[in-house]
Amino acid sequence: MGPAGPARPSGLREGTSDGPVDRVRDGLRAYRMITAMWIRSTLAYRASFVMTALGNLTATALDFAAILLMFSQVDVLGGYRLPEVAFLYGAAACAFGIADLAIGSMDRLGRRVRDGTLDTLLVRPAPVLAQVAADQFALRRLGRVVQGLLVLGYAVTAVDVDWTPLKVLLVPVMLVSGAGIFMAVFVVGAAFQFVAQDASEVQNAFTYGGNTLLQYPPSVFGKDLVRGATFLVPIAFVNWLPGLYVLGRPYPLGLPSWAAFTPPLVAVACCALAGLAWRAGLRSYRSTGS
Amino acid sequence: MEHTETAADVVDADFIALDGVEKIFDVRRKTGFLRRERHQVRAVDGITFRVPRGEMVGYIGPNGAGKSTTIKMLTGILTPSGGRLRVAGVDPARERTRLARRIGVVFGQRTTLWWDLPLIDSYRLMHRMYRIPDRRYAENLDRCVQLLDLGELLDVPVRQLSLGQRMRGDIAAALLHDPEVLYLDEPTIGLDVVSKAKVRAFLRDLNAESGTTVLLTTHDLTDIEQLCKRVMVIDHGRLMYDGPLAGLHEVGESERTLVVDLERELPPLEVESARVVKVDGPRQWLAFPAAASAAPLLAAIAARYPLVDLSVREPDIEAVIAKMYADRGTS
Repeated sequence: MGPAGPARPSGLREGTSDGPVDRVRDGLRAYRMITAMWIRSTLAYRASFVMTALGNLTATALDFAAILLMFSQVDVLGGYRLPEVAFLYGAAACAFGIADLAIGSMDRLGRRVRDGTLDTLLVRPAPVLAQVAADQFALRRLGRVVQGLLVLGYAVTAVDVDWTPLKVLLVPVMLVSGAGIFMAVFVVGAAFQFVAQDASEVQNAFTYGGNTLLQYPPSVFGKDLVRGATFLVPIAFVNWLPGLYVLGRPYPLGLPSWAAFTPPLVAVACCALAGLAWRAGLRSYRSTGS
Repeated sequence: MEHTETAADVVDADFIALDGVEKIFDVRRKTGFLRRERHQVRAVDGITFRVPRGEMVGYIGPNGAGKSTTIKMLTGILTPSGGRLRVAGVDPARERTRLARRIGVVFGQRTTLWWDLPLIDSYRLMHRMYRIPDRRYAENLDRCVQLLDLGELLDVPVRQLSLGQRMRGDIAAALLHDPEVLYLDEPTIGLDVVSKAKVRAFLRDLNAESGTTVLLTTHDLTDIEQLCKRVMVIDHGRLMYDGPLAGLHEVGESERTLVVDLERELPPLEVESARVVKVDGPRQWLAFPAAASAAPLLAAIAARYPLVDLSVREPDIEAVIAKMYADRGTS
């Protein structure tokens, strides 16, 4: 350890983090480093990783088997045929899977607040959000994304759609925006845990529950639920709105057709709101402790 | 961020500077089914002190006195409710991440290391996260590994380390980036005597050789005795004492306790410079001034009485502080 005298230039100049752009860059850098460490340590036990990833894939595959089982008894569900339901299912599963893979560990925040380990993140020179998001990064969650992609792949080939370039483009846009919307829900849920430390189940209701909701066509649910999912917690923009446009189906609430192209905007708005919620949560933690 | 020389000098003298710092918590308590009562707790109630660069200071007080709250404000974890606080000229609450590169923190009760990963993984991550130049990192790691005896522990997942090992691992982690100031919150809590001695020796060398400013909270007066010339006592959020440890003993007239086991039950022992405070069968408790050495007392007892076993108990902080109150009340 060198002399800590005043003559030694401090680490102040390099990596100062002032503006929001710098903070995002710093956050992404920290996120990359921490996830890389977790991935390295996961891959150190390759066999074990392959097993858990396969297990994860099987478990999520069973989830879709339930829908297949349903269609062995009926031909249509809420007016939708199997490939169409598979399309919605695959899109939701992919979007949710990406979000869950990226920042799914955030629901542990409440525990960190309770046991005080959040403090150890606050004394490191990296944004707390990035540290919390990357913590316990679990590559095995890739299983859900793979399963979603498989179902979506089947749906795209089986569904009876007149594929225009716009519809083709809308599919990847839907997945990316959907992942963004789900990530925002994860972050808002975590921010809420600053105030209510055992709210991780509430968060799960919106994330996992929201995912399950979106796997079925909106026509099977009551109008109020659809309204809530559209305007209150806008997860309908993950796959319902863009998905129904691709499938050529009307949206139950009679929204204009251009609404199908708003998911990127909704995702950006959600992420911005989530960022604010996170900042408010962290500020309240820092002024009250736990 | 170039400082002029005079500004740097000022920062050096007032390296850590608190002026009337307060931390008030709103505590809500359930008093009925839906009724909640709110009341305020002044965890830190107007504290003022200075720590110059390179000093090693003990910060002591009973549980809930406000020690940890102070450390959390110094590190920027908590925002003060009032007063002014600067570390190296920087407001920690406002520039937490920026200051983080210049400080090291060790929480005795919880680790800053990644629990499920080998120790070395945590260090490698610190290396990159703190942007430590490669050579410095290698030198610092080597030195910590050598002095803190970490060689065989580097590949062990943190959760498998014993408390003492983990604490040494945590101290190394806090020092890899050459912090200008090191905060230690109960660094020896729960450690065995050997681990305590190792940690203390390491901290003493660190302060002497690198000039790192150290602020440590502890329950163990021996930590302070062996490490710090200056001690600050906090209770109920207020600074009760700030000065040399010797002065604290005078203020508190604290006493150590010698516990002796005799071969058989005897009437209270009669020795100079100590008085028997309790007798329980063949075991007797003798109080003697904390500043005095136990050796002559032991020699005197061993020469005259059939001694089987013995132990010395340090005065605990609660007792010292209780005495401080008592003295203040009478004078």
